[in-house]
Amino acid sequence: MNIEIKDLHFTYPTGLEALRGISLTIESGEQVAIVGQNGAGKTTLVKHLNGLLQPTQGQVLIGDWDTAKYSVAKLARRVGYVFQNPDEQLFSKNVGAEVAFGPRNLGFDSERVQALVKDALALTELADKTDTNPYDLSVTWRKMVAIASIISMDTDIVIFDEPTTGQDAVNIARISNVIAELRKRGKTVITITHDIDFCAENFERVIALSQGKILLDGRAEEVLGQEEILATTYVDPPQLTRLGKRLGFTKTVRNQAEFLAALEK
Amino acid sequence: MAIVNLQNVTYKYPLTAAPALQNINLHVNEGEFVAIVGPNGAGKSTLCYTLAGFVPHFFKGELSGTVEVAGIESHDSTLSEWVLNVGLAFQNPFNQISGAKYTVFEELAFGLENIGIAREEIRARVEEAMKLTGISDLADRSPYSLSGGQQQRVALTSILVMQPRVLVLDEPTSQMDPIGTREVFGVIRTMAERGMTVVLVEHKVEWIAQFADRLIALYEGQILLEGNPQEVLTSPVLTNKGFGISRYTAVARRAKEMGLWRKEKLPVTLEQAIEGFALTSSPPSASFRDASRSPKGRGE
Repeated sequence: MNIEIKDLHFTYPTGLEALRGISLTIESGEQVAIVGQNGAGKTTLVKHLNGLLQPTQGQVLIGDWDTAKYSVAKLARRVGYVFQNPDEQLFSKNVGAEVAFGPRNLGFDSERVQALVKDALALTELADKTDTNPYDLSVTWRKMVAIASIISMDTDIVIFDEPTTGQDAVNIARISNVIAELRKRGKTVITITHDIDFCAENFERVIALSQGKILLDGRAEEVLGQEEILATTYVDPPQLTRLGKRLGFTKTVRNQAEFLAALEK
Repeated sequence: MAIVNLQNVTYKYPLTAAPALQNINLHVNEGEFVAIVGPNGAGKSTLCYTLAGFVPHFFKGELSGTVEVAGIESHDSTLSEWVLNVGLAFQNPFNQISGAKYTVFEELAFGLENIGIAREEIRARVEEAMKLTGISDLADRSPYSLSGGQQQRVALTSILVMQPRVLVLDEPTSQMDPIGTREVFGVIRTMAERGMTVVLVEHKVEWIAQFADRLIALYEGQILLEGNPQEVLTSPVLTNKGFGISRYTAVARRAKEMGLWRKEKLPVTLEQAIEGFALTSSPPSASFRDASRSPKGRGE
């Protein structure tokens, strides 16, 4: 299911022009990271994908659905959205009920709901916490509950807004695993992130936004090497990319394996 | 002289079985910049609450040992006295915004109004602090209309205006872009150089290595390791316990196994990594010679 955004403009009621002409296509099964400074329009952009915001001008298509013609509830069948702050999303008495809420609401039969919940809990390593109240869990685990409750809806498109914020190294690795598994399943994953190293290690395509416009859009190794342009939207290249550059490597390296291969030469 | 003294501190939240902090001994000198790292659940936020007096005054629970800041013992003090010496910026800035004020300027003045500072001084202090943290242009905005990163700057500024002797910061840059993070670390460093004592919880270890004087690694409620940030952050003691390490440390550790890292110490910062790997990729390339002229990180 492709996503097509055509000349999207969005102005908040306050008069703030947050998006100023965005056009892009995201193909089914792509893994895309969106980067850029605070206030660049990242969250405003992705809120258009599930209808939370409607274009002031332009068009957003999710497959053959124009978001202007479908409710948020309908779009939830195609687009799952994991909020930055899990506490804005969780409300059930226990983890199992929380994760079952989405698929049940989509009207799936109870067998399918059960299977989806089981799968989502396994993927997020929550299987032993089914009966726990989400608010008795640490913020790291609440994040995983928020992720599980979206994955269980089995949407073709999954959006993560700043998944690594406030997470420790162990949980960032868990989130990377979830994204890798979604990729294997052919899901489209779109992630907003300031964690550029996480971005380099998990995403093939990177879109950099600046002041409501697309600054760069391309393969991760191309985009992340553009140090001067990225700096204009307050993004530093990944640590190993910067290191490779300063050591005079001719090729842009993104991760440990690429760095060591270049070093050995 | 130590302004913060924690002696054998053990603390248990009400209704929990295990203590969140166990036998913590921590002494911080006036003007020192101490950072704290640890996996989630290690007790970092609880330690911040203890330094800020919320433990035990707000959270209750069982506190043993002594917590002393600026010569006053926590047990003998009240929260309203305590805040004159210690300021805490919360992990989630949303929890800190008063909800009682319509603009950022008023929000920043709120604490000062409460301790009875004169109107003109409030104005001057708020304006100076906003300039320092780069939020002067947000003065008339509602605190709730701001992005996460902007709210974090407001939360930090609302503590700075109080001019506490000890500044406690719980992941103050978690929602900021990288350049914002760099600016805020610069501000914190400046405060330390002006004599403010800083205790900072942070996952971004590359920044700690560049800016902090000393690092404490907290694990399961106890101090696992403390010392020079580079030494702590490259210690094998932290391996497999969920501590974040910099990509530079990880790649150099692997390179060392492959015989491609020839220094004794592993790097944490970019500059340390460049210096070490330059020994491997000889002769140094032209771009390395360029790079070597740029200023070095503090961690070296």
